[in-house]
Amino acid sequence: MTDTTEKHEDWSRPPATEVGVIGWLRKNLFSSWFNSILSLIAIYLIITTIPGIIEWALINSVWGDKSPEVCREAKGACWAFIYEKHRFILFGVYPYEEHWRPLVAMIIFLTLIFGSCIKPLWKLGWWLAALWAGGLVMVGILMWGGIFGLEYVNQSQWGGLPLTLFLATFGTVFAFPLGIFLALGRRSRMPAIRSLSVAYIELIRGVPLISILFMASVMFPLFLPAGVSIDKLLRAQVGIILFGAAYGAEIIRAGLQAIPRGQYEAADAMGLSYWQSMRKIILPQALRITIPPMVNGFIGGFKDTSLVVIIGLFDLLMTSRVAFQDINWRPFYVEGYLFCAAIYFCFCFFMSRYSQWLEKDLAKDQNH
Amino acid sequence: MANAQEAAAPNLGPAVELRHMHKWYGEFHVLKDINLTVRHGERVVVCGPSGSGKSTMIRCINRLEEHQRGHLFVDGLELTNDLKQIEAIRKEVGMVFQHFNLFPHMTVLENLILGPTWVRKIPRKEAIETAMMYLERVKIPEQAHKFPGQLSGGQQQRVAIARSLCMKPKIMLFDEPTSALDPEMIKEVLDVMIELAEEGMTMVCVTHEMGFARTVGDTMVFMDEGEIVEMEAPEEFFSNPKNERTQLFLSQILSH
Ligand SMILES: Nc1ncnc2c1ncn2[C@@H]1O[C@H](COP(=O)(O)OP(=O)(O)OP(=O)(O)O)[C@@H](O)[C@H]1O
Ligand SMILES: [Mg+2]
Repeated sequence: MTDTTEKHEDWSRPPATEVGVIGWLRKNLFSSWFNSILSLIAIYLIITTIPGIIEWALINSVWGDKSPEVCREAKGACWAFIYEKHRFILFGVYPYEEHWRPLVAMIIFLTLIFGSCIKPLWKLGWWLAALWAGGLVMVGILMWGGIFGLEYVNQSQWGGLPLTLFLATFGTVFAFPLGIFLALGRRSRMPAIRSLSVAYIELIRGVPLISILFMASVMFPLFLPAGVSIDKLLRAQVGIILFGAAYGAEIIRAGLQAIPRGQYEAADAMGLSYWQSMRKIILPQALRITIPPMVNGFIGGFKDTSLVVIIGLFDLLMTSRVAFQDINWRPFYVEGYLFCAAIYFCFCFFMSRYSQWLEKDLAKDQNH
Repeated sequence: MANAQEAAAPNLGPAVELRHMHKWYGEFHVLKDINLTVRHGERVVVCGPSGSGKSTMIRCINRLEEHQRGHLFVDGLELTNDLKQIEAIRKEVGMVFQHFNLFPHMTVLENLILGPTWVRKIPRKEAIETAMMYLERVKIPEQAHKFPGQLSGGQQQRVAIARSLCMKPKIMLFDEPTSALDPEMIKEVLDVMIELAEEGMTMVCVTHEMGFARTVGDTMVFMDEGEIVEMEAPEEFFSNPKNERTQLFLSQILSH
């Protein structure tokens, strides 16, 4: 008897092959021969490329306030180019002396956006809305100026990151509710509303964003009475909103269709009106399902704002490109694009992670 | 606070009246010349084979389905296309579904106070008190802050019943409330329904629980192929069914 008990393995912990570094490697990288081959290929690629990249970007690179000649001689990346041009890339042709204004405006704007992402602050409700209203007024005053001794800056001089952020944020904020109404309209029992929604969605989805922007910029003014002119930036913004709404509508419609019929029936049986049942029962569930595709759409939309260059607006991508048009810095376009890409990546990655967190958080308590 | 049953008293007409009602799904004639009167306080149990139109009939009573011919009165009001009228009737008619249809994104308590606060415009605090009272009655007050997905089927169905009762309905409709439940949970739901019946609630109940029908039913309705084939008091219905189809159905269902 004692013999057998002594031979018993230690059951209080899982075997060593299941835990720790080795366990993790076995489970994730070498669980089958196919997986092992893929892992080896991946490791080989990492080993061959990473050192070169590090050497180029960090070791042989030129940092700080250096001339283009120094860069030409060095073998690595020319971050001096970014140092020299970062203000132009970020703010475009906004008057150089006044760059603090778009900077502060952007900080206010981003604080509002990130602040609105913090869940406990949602409880503020209307206060949050009031903060937004106040914040946007400040952003407007800073960007345009013309009062409080600030020099007036026409919006045709706006550019770079603030422009991209404004277009993307307002595009999202307005396209979203419009998309909801279009999606509901498409499922409406009223034939007139349904056909209008369908026609709108299909029409907008059928043409590329570029052509909508182009029409907004070139064609639209032709229809306006003489003397009336709507600003180019506003037209681009409206174009982006109208485009985003059509795509958003289809995503939301998919969410609406995923809600079981019983939910609609229970809401009806209770005596809720159409709008009450949409607001309290159907949309909260449908929108929750559509978070992943919706954020996918937001990310796409954020990057699509770069198409506004075709109507002559200087968004972040365009200012980056103009920066290396400078004859001295021409060879360093890679650095320019990388800088621009890094900024885009930060925002898109944040959106992606935030949506994952939000999805988990919302699902947390109502596990089925 | 006036009880739902007491409030119903002034209307001396029937609670529900279906007169020569017909319904089609496209070409398919689902309900054929349905005549049914439910008095206030009466418990009607509807049974019949699958596809006979039981669900369709009771879903017409709160206009989840539209009838195409004949007349349908609920508490003296006729159901027509008039949206106001439909909403008025839905306030007075509670419905319990086979698959509970609780709102999964809200806690049990939120499910219960939604109708009272939004449809009946009752202050939130009062609605919560009423909701807790009904949760006590269906014996799950401790689940108030859970989400429906965290409850068993039997508990969910009891919440669904409480949710309907919170609207203080005059009439309750049940569409096979126990047929999606595991056997051990059926009793807890039936007990709640029996209690409700004993308090005098007007009920129209589609079920194959014949024990329940015998205990609380005032009238048995047997449907087949869209028609009401037989309508009797339970003793007569079970001991002495007149129609062949009823006899066949009963022999099948009681042999189980
Ligand atoms: N939306 C619909 N469109 C077309 N036919 C339908 C629809 N709903 C139900 N039916 C048909 O109407 C008939 C009656 O359906 P109903 O659901 O009322 O039957 P039931 O008596 O409740 O049956 P069960 O016991 O299976 O619930 C069935 O033949 C069914 O196929
Ligand atoms: Mg049915």
